Amino acid sequence: MNLRAAGAIYTFEMARTGRTIWQSIVSPALSTSLYFVVFGAAIGSRITEIEGVAYGAFIVPGLIMLTLLTQSTMNASFGIYFPRFTGTIYEILSAPVSAFEIALGYVGAAATKSIVLGLIILATSFLFVPLQIAHPFWMLVFLVLTSVTFSLLGFIIGIWADGFEKLQIIPLLIITPLTFLGGTFYSINVLPPVWQTITLFNPVVYLVSGFRWSFFEISDVSPAISIGMTLLFLSLCLAAVWWIFKTGYKLKN
Amino acid sequence: MQRVADYMPQSMQPIISISNLSKTYASGFRALKGINLDIRRGEIFALLGPNGAGKTTLIGIVCGILKASQGSVTVDGHEIVKDYRAARSLIGLVPQELTTDAFETVWATVTFSRGLFGKPRNPAHIEKVLKELSLWDKKDNRLMTLSGGMKRRVLIAKALSHEPQILFLDEPTAGVDVELRKDMWQVVRDLRSSGVTIILTTHYIEEAEDMADRVGVISKGEIILVENKAELMRKLGKKQLILHLQKKLDALPASLAAHNLSLAAGGSELVFTYDTKAERTGVTAMLSALSSADIGFRDLATTQSSLEDIFVGLVSERS
Ligand SMILES: Nc1ncnc2c1ncn2[C@@H]1O[C@H](COP(=O)(O)OP(=O)(O)OP(=O)(O)O)[C@@H](O)[C@H]1O
Ligand SMILES: [Mg+2]
Repeated sequence: MNLRAAGAIYTFEMARTGRTIWQSIVSPALSTSLYFVVFGAAIGSRITEIEGVAYGAFIVPGLIMLTLLTQSTMNASFGIYFPRFTGTIYEILSAPVSAFEIALGYVGAAATKSIVLGLIILATSFLFVPLQIAHPFWMLVFLVLTSVTFSLLGFIIGIWADGFEKLQIIPLLIITPLTFLGGTFYSINVLPPVWQTITLFNPVVYLVSGFRWSFFEISDVSPAISIGMTLLFLSLCLAAVWWIFKTGYKLKN
Repeated sequence: MQRVADYMPQSMQPIISISNLSKTYASGFRALKGINLDIRRGEIFALLGPNGAGKTTLIGIVCGILKASQGSVTVDGHEIVKDYRAARSLIGLVPQELTTDAFETVWATVTFSRGLFGKPRNPAHIEKVLKELSLWDKKDNRLMTLSGGMKRRVLIAKALSHEPQILFLDEPTAGVDVELRKDMWQVVRDLRSSGVTIILTTHYIEEAEDMADRVGVISKGEIILVENKAELMRKLGKKQLILHLQKKLDALPASLAAHNLSLAAGGSELVFTYDTKAERTGVTAMLSALSSADIGFRDLATTQSSLEDIFVGLVSERS
């Protein structure tokens, strides 16, 4: 296995993050802080606690997920799309690297970035709300799995897209709505029964629910199902990446 | 000149073997039509052909950037699809398009290439490559701050960073100034003497004439000729004898019509074209015909056609 190649891609991508530190780390952290101010302090002061958790604290896992999902997808899709766009992909295609190593480099870097970002937001939220984490280990498991899964999804989008518009469209039109409707700011138990059932088709529900459980031990669906669904989604993305490289889809003419 | 590689039995086998290779693009355009070509170990092979002939397509397939529609390629015995790792790790590619990451530094991008090809870090080697290509003082510059010719050299440095056994140069000298072009060819010569096989394309035919051991001509997706350069020059090279006349001629006298003569320079020169490899060149007969016609000359010169003339002749013959 050419681990050096994966390492080279990883280092390259991380260096890119370093150059765009404002855009990739500082600005998401800042906008999350704004959510805290608006939802946590302004609106949250009027909402009594949800299932025994203060509203400000209740939204923390959801907010981290919101950022994680959008940032993982955007970073990873941009990471692979850009060399396709500029043409520098030629070098990667001509190198003795396997699909797995290429994905490892790009997805690994995007996931790392998201994990760091998630931890920064978590640290920031301690400044705004009283917070405890019931299961730190499972919290990290959800954080890592989600970052990896959505970085894989981003990677797929970056290969599928043939313009900057397509690159934006999935995060904008699918991921953000699904996240907002996935119980980020509320428990799905507050919804009418019909909507509760519909919501269960939203994969983000399982991520947010499981992640929230690791903080407060309250959840919309059982944590085991959450983990199961996350792993399922991860496998689907892995299978898609494998297929893309097997067929050379959109990478080679 | 004999090289070490020449003594090894392995050198009898071609380092790249292309057989029956075809490429049809998604648009339906057939860019390559059943190419058969062997590249010999350690040679400099110049692939010549007009715009759109299929040179870049051919290189793209061998290097793994494009998929072949048909046929197969082996690199040092490794099939390029099945055994891509072994095949590709031997190859360095300098693409025709200037594609570089704008924000990276020269040093970072060249180091990246080495890592990508799975080689352990070796700053000394990268320093050597950058110095040879006169890029050392630019090593900390971002690529977007470089000129076109400098970027071209960065692409060469990237290809050399992982010490390839085979180097593809797709128009390496486009946009590079005369001085640096000389340096660049010196680098190529040094590589060749260290045993690296080089395949290059260029539209500057004189460069191919200078550098190549063998020449291949591709036109409309077909290889129309592969020949030892010296042999090619000898075979297809026409020689001309130019006679500077003492008195201007308005027209060629009828008695000279049988000879392959033409008037040039407003009638003050006669040009005799002949085939060097023919049994009888006809020089003697022509000269005696001249003296019977009482045409005297002050001076004479001979010229031999260049590879460029040969190339132009070949390609236009086909179209
Ligand atoms: N992606 C593509 N889709 C369709 N046709 C293509 C594609 N790429 C190249 N071609 C066509 O294939 C032919 C060969 O192109 P190629 O780039 O190999 O030529 P070339 O010999 O390298 O020319 P040049 O000297 O201009 O670099 C051209 O007619 C070109 O238009
Ligand atoms: Mg070309």
